[in-house]
Amino acid sequence: MSDVELHHRADLAPGDEEQVSVKLRVLGYLIGLGLAIVLTATSFFVAGTDLVWQPSIPVAIIVLAIAQMGVHLVFFLHITTDPDNTNNVLALAFGLLIVFLVIGGSLWIMANLNHNMLPMDQIMQMQR
Amino acid sequence: MSIAVSHGHDATLIGLDSEHAGPASKRIVTGYGFWIFILSDMVMFSCFFAAYAVLLGETNGGPSGAELFNLTNVAIETACLLFSSFACGMAYIAAEERNHMWFQIAMAITCVLGLAFLAIEFHEFADLVARGAGPSRSALLSAFFTLVGCHGLHVSAGTLWLLTMMAQVFAKGFRADILRRFLCFALFWHALDIIWVAVFSVVYLLGSAV
Repeated sequence: MSDVELHHRADLAPGDEEQVSVKLRVLGYLIGLGLAIVLTATSFFVAGTDLVWQPSIPVAIIVLAIAQMGVHLVFFLHITTDPDNTNNVLALAFGLLIVFLVIGGSLWIMANLNHNMLPMDQIMQMQR
Repeated sequence: MSIAVSHGHDATLIGLDSEHAGPASKRIVTGYGFWIFILSDMVMFSCFFAAYAVLLGETNGGPSGAELFNLTNVAIETACLLFSSFACGMAYIAAEERNHMWFQIAMAITCVLGLAFLAIEFHEFADLVARGAGPSRSALLSAFFTLVGCHGLHVSAGTLWLLTMMAQVFAKGFRADILRRFLCFALFWHALDIIWVAVFSVVYLLGSAV
């Protein structure tokens, strides 16, 4: 894309960012890298520690994972709240909707089935 | 004249940029199309994640996640992919600056880290199969090999694509069509790292906690 095109308020392709100096862009990636390292290290630390209340660990790991995915999206893929990025964000929002429906729905339905179904040995007895 | 000016001003205010009407540039259309593909790929991965989460306890008397996974290995794999994603970002900047040397260096680093990741993963799979914990052992292991193996296949395909991009930039230079392909590659590589974040959190960390 030519420089002229980028300076207009045109849409941005996903991954592209507004034209700024190389230093600032490298800095952006470095910030992303630093945040990702901190979040990853925290998640590995939390998974193996006895210092925190045990039932909170799965929730903490999931929250840290979602935060890190957000960091990757903003600093590496340059998906931002900028008006030029609206189309990319809307597509992402729809993708996330499907992802949460699939994962959340499966877990919910299977937990219900497990809860309401007879244990396997009783089913075998009924079939005799 | 003043009417025309105020009309233009209003159009900007309500978000209709009438000056730039018309089809978007090819780079935006290509990038957006590939973004849609990546999102559908993530939807596919979400099905595998759902299967893994549902089957987490179904070990069929075999080994559970906590006995199987070596978290040190996973941490090294995570570091490889994260730094490879960063190197890919550096290659991206180099491509926009049309700098051949830095582009090839950054891409080579990306490639080496990607291959290191694949080597560790392959070693882990071979080790699990050798210990009798192959994909046919239990529902948990079937789901594990499908999910992590599918991510590994994506990384393998990405590595081949990476080498192709290095060769194309070397032979043909930073042409507009080559740069569009590279934009798609960079999106793909960063997306694989995002999926890996979910893999190490859900599969390995939560899998060993249960």
